[in-house]
Amino acid sequence: MMGIYFDNAATTKRKPQCVIDAVIAAMNQMGNSGRGAHNDSLDAARLIYDTRERISDLVNLGDPRQVAFTSNSTEALNTAIMGLFDCGDHIISTVMEHNSVLRPLYFLESKGAEISFVPCDENGNLKVELLQSYLKENTKAVVCTHASNLTGNANDLYQIGEFCKAHQLLFIVDASQTMGVLPIDMQAMNIDVLCFTGHKGLYGPQGTGGLCVRQEIRIRPLKSGGSGIHTYLKEHPTEMPTALEAGTLNGHGIAGLHASLGFLNEIGIDEIHKKEIALMHRFINGISDIPNIKVYGDFSTDHRAAVVSLNLGDYDSSEVSDELSYTYGIATRPGAHCAPLMHQAMGTVEQGMVRFSFSWFNTEEEVDIAIRAMHELAEE
Amino acid sequence: MRQKEWKLVITFRTTADAIAFEKACKANDKPGRMIPVPREISAGCGLAWASVPEEKDGMAVFLEEQNIKCEEMKVLFC
Repeated sequence: MMGIYFDNAATTKRKPQCVIDAVIAAMNQMGNSGRGAHNDSLDAARLIYDTRERISDLVNLGDPRQVAFTSNSTEALNTAIMGLFDCGDHIISTVMEHNSVLRPLYFLESKGAEISFVPCDENGNLKVELLQSYLKENTKAVVCTHASNLTGNANDLYQIGEFCKAHQLLFIVDASQTMGVLPIDMQAMNIDVLCFTGHKGLYGPQGTGGLCVRQEIRIRPLKSGGSGIHTYLKEHPTEMPTALEAGTLNGHGIAGLHASLGFLNEIGIDEIHKKEIALMHRFINGISDIPNIKVYGDFSTDHRAAVVSLNLGDYDSSEVSDELSYTYGIATRPGAHCAPLMHQAMGTVEQGMVRFSFSWFNTEEEVDIAIRAMHELAEE
Repeated sequence: MRQKEWKLVITFRTTADAIAFEKACKANDKPGRMIPVPREISAGCGLAWASVPEEKDGMAVFLEEQNIKCEEMKVLFC
């Protein structure tokens, strides 16, 4: 049975052919960037630099040399969170966060930092109006996600960025669910550090990601080692992007990311988002008459990720997801989604949620099959 | 080995700076190419832009225009 894949918030399984071709081409011919002045090394450095440019342009960073590549969002977020704060600092975050934000924050907390979490309402929307009430003298930053990986609800980064600017706080954003999906303008949104992954909305290979860092920001690196520069220094170089890129980069993956960014530019992220959101609405409309179905999140706006998380009566979300997979060949994600505070806020710690997440490559026919499957499951 | 000649050699702090400069030079028809940094010059990055010595003044201005900081700029017999 040909499977239907609705777990795109975990990774977009289907990639554009140009991405696959670019990775294969790189594996056939790519040298190591910055480790020589021969053509193979230079071509790698050129392609990686071009990719920095495409990322920088996508989010209006303003300087491609401020894009540092990592292996994923988690590494980028760890780099930013561990590299910017000290034990006496207070950091404001939100209950919408993924463990890739929460766990580094909890680690800092164990070392003496103070962390506050802004709550959300019953629809999963952040209570932004409460930000002010968490301010302290030692507040250093707001760290928040652009969109929840659980509900798909997006935060208003303009509003939070304005708050950070007004109170001279650093603004660190987790764009794991929105890079390549929703427009991001680092300058207009006052974002200091934007962390992203390459394998979700950017349609690139797994093992790619990075940080976009505003020019004045200095981040202590998580790793030190080979850099291709300043060989005789005992310390890792401080110049961006090398400062945050110890060791050989994932050049093969970045070649794929380069191609995927070209693909996104060709189609346009607005077009892609429009299609994904249309599929999301088609699915919601198709299942809304099922008795005992509970859908989480706010669907009153399309400024969100194309994610539908739900539960069917009291069924364990794992049971529903397994049935969808085993009987219908539909891939969804059940259980807890690495967002423990959000499950607490939504009251789904025990039950978890079944998450459907849509991509450019999904079709209306696939959505209709999922709708029928949900109806059949509900009738059983 | 090729015969040595006088060259303008520009070094950079990072590979990204070097490649940004190469890209700008190509886009603006500036003569030169990337070479490994000669031992006569100390440099952070292993890449250097080599051009003709007559370009020295123009390159200094061009670097500034491109907002790229070089580490060193020397005329060397290499």
